[in-house]
Amino acid sequence: MFGTLQFIERNAFLLLVFTLITIAIGGIVEVVPLFTIETTVEHVKGVRPYSPLEQRGRDIYTREGCYTCHSQQIRALRDEVERYGHFSLAAESMYDHPFQWGSKRIGPDLARVGGKYSSDWHYAHLINPQSVVPESLMPHYAFLADTPLVTDDIVARLRTLRMVGVPYTDEEIASAAADLATQANPAADNAALVKRYPKAMTVLGNGREVTEMDALVAYLQVLGTMVDFADPANEHLQQ
Amino acid sequence: MSDHALPMSRAAPDYNEAVVKKFIIATVFWAIVAFLVGVYIATELAWPQFNLGLSFINFGRLRPVHTSAAIFAFGGSALLGTSFYVVQRTCRARLFGGEALANFVFWGYQFFIVMAALSYVIGFSQSQEYAEPEWHLDVWLTIVWVAYAVIFIGTLMKREEPHIYVANWFYLAFILTIAVLHIGNNLAIPISLYSAKSYSVASGVQNAMIQWWYGHNAVGFFLTAGFLGMMYYFIPKAANRPIYSYRLSVVHFWSLIFMYIWAGPHHLHWTALPDWTQTLGMAFSIMLWMPSWGGMINGLMTLSGAWDKLRTDPGLRFSVTAVGFYGMATFEGPVMSIRDVNALSHYTDWGIGHVHSGALGWVAFISFGAIYYLVPVLWKRSGLYSARLASWHYWIATLGIVFYITSMWVAGIMQGLMWRAYDQFGFLQYSFAESVVAVHPYYVIRLLGGLMFLTGALIMVYNLIKTVHSPETERDVALPTAVAVAGE
Repeated sequence: MFGTLQFIERNAFLLLVFTLITIAIGGIVEVVPLFTIETTVEHVKGVRPYSPLEQRGRDIYTREGCYTCHSQQIRALRDEVERYGHFSLAAESMYDHPFQWGSKRIGPDLARVGGKYSSDWHYAHLINPQSVVPESLMPHYAFLADTPLVTDDIVARLRTLRMVGVPYTDEEIASAAADLATQANPAADNAALVKRYPKAMTVLGNGREVTEMDALVAYLQVLGTMVDFADPANEHLQQ
Repeated sequence: MSDHALPMSRAAPDYNEAVVKKFIIATVFWAIVAFLVGVYIATELAWPQFNLGLSFINFGRLRPVHTSAAIFAFGGSALLGTSFYVVQRTCRARLFGGEALANFVFWGYQFFIVMAALSYVIGFSQSQEYAEPEWHLDVWLTIVWVAYAVIFIGTLMKREEPHIYVANWFYLAFILTIAVLHIGNNLAIPISLYSAKSYSVASGVQNAMIQWWYGHNAVGFFLTAGFLGMMYYFIPKAANRPIYSYRLSVVHFWSLIFMYIWAGPHHLHWTALPDWTQTLGMAFSIMLWMPSWGGMINGLMTLSGAWDKLRTDPGLRFSVTAVGFYGMATFEGPVMSIRDVNALSHYTDWGIGHVHSGALGWVAFISFGAIYYLVPVLWKRSGLYSARLASWHYWIATLGIVFYITSMWVAGIMQGLMWRAYDQFGFLQYSFAESVVAVHPYYVIRLLGGLMFLTGALIMVYNLIKTVHSPETERDVALPTAVAVAGE
């Protein structure tokens, strides 16, 4: 057998072709069906695209490499469900470009951190984590509170996300800048914002300008809150 | 198999060794950078004050600098450099494409590394592990990689040996598969042609699967297949023995490259990834144990009858120990891929320990072995400046690895057990913060292990500089070049 197959090792082109075929099979079998089998991501009531401010917060989250210490994926294990809440559903990250499930918990999982703490707590914690959690190993993110959020490219960002499959409507894109400002201003009327993005939490802001920290807190506060597990429409998801 | 076994009447072609030299210097430089950043972020985890509140040295931004420096800068330079050396020698052909193309690959690759590291610290990241560079750098790397593939495959095509040597199969599989993985995992749309920010085409579950198809095969093809190519050339050369089994190399090559691709989903056990995918990933990960150990056996058994060389050749000692660590890590990996073991080990420091027994024990050690062999050959010296210093490097680095991996095993298993511990009333026994406090001593031990590994590497740098510059290592007799290097 080895004698007859030696011709492969005497022809660089054949070696190249056979190698490519060999390495292609596994990837095709595992990846392609995830796009074609409909039950891979079952649609769940409540899951919506991120509001403009939340999405910008998500951009800060990815930029800072938060995934190096925090997962966003509660596994279907008893202790994880008790510690963090309902295990993560595929639908809950369907608008995540890129996904941020993570691979290491130097800090706790954040998949359902939204609403667990007040926004005040988040500001204090990001500025100086040890001031509220003395054992924490987290770096200080005070600089986010001093950095104005770049907002002039928000339309380009949402349009790009729409190109990759996030269903932002024309109306949502047109009102992106206004929605972003509204969510960072407690004094503003947020009725239109909440209609477009239910449960979007208005953050405190500093009254002068929208900062990167405002965006990040808005993002953290929506994590894991979109699906209402008490809703009878989601009864089949109850554990 | 070996070029030196050829009749002396055939003159050696005029090999392009200049580009290999450049890559070897880059390898050593990036090794120090990678270890130094690793030590620094280990310090940040032991004492978070070391983040200093500065955005650009926060753990989250420096960690990708460490992983990219270790994998792509240090590992990549070692792979590109040795592949250029090995493919020329085993094909008896000068590099295809001329000096300019080879230099383009060298400088293009170094430019990619520097730009990637800078982009993380100033705040650009795709936020996908081991694929952090943004789209414009990905495009640049693709161009460089295609040039690299053209040189390598072109050299194979114009070879004067009838048979393609086994090391080249592994290097070829590494080059091709990394190209496929890099393009597949980095598909993204920039928000504007003038912006470095992009959004990945895939999201959620599919994005996760593609990422770990990429991520695990960065391990399988960058850190395994490529370095197996290194093993298949430098161990037989240093031991002056042929490969133990040609059949085994055929069987383990094809089975290894076939099975590795399937293993990705073991990074996603118990998640929202469908069960069928998780099960497939687990099954192939366990099966992968066999082809992995096929490579280990082939490497170790090549030493048959030449084990005494371990006493006199510190470079070979690194290579052989590397194969031992490879065997250990490729047994540990399949164990950790079992769903119920993974329930405990995932998200903990056990994973970090596992990665480093591979990265330090296998990747770095097999590279050190190749470097200790290559530097006297390339710079035409009679031998290493000091075998004794190389021996010191070996023992300090080995002890460093032991500190590193044992502390991470203990920390990881302890985290896993604390997170799932219940008290007598059926409540979770520990808060997350308690598990953070509990691992602090092990983070300090890990830092110590990393410092030792760095110290060993600095000894190597000194030894190599002295090898190149010291009058003691000058060749005093003019031997035919090919014969002179064979006995080293």
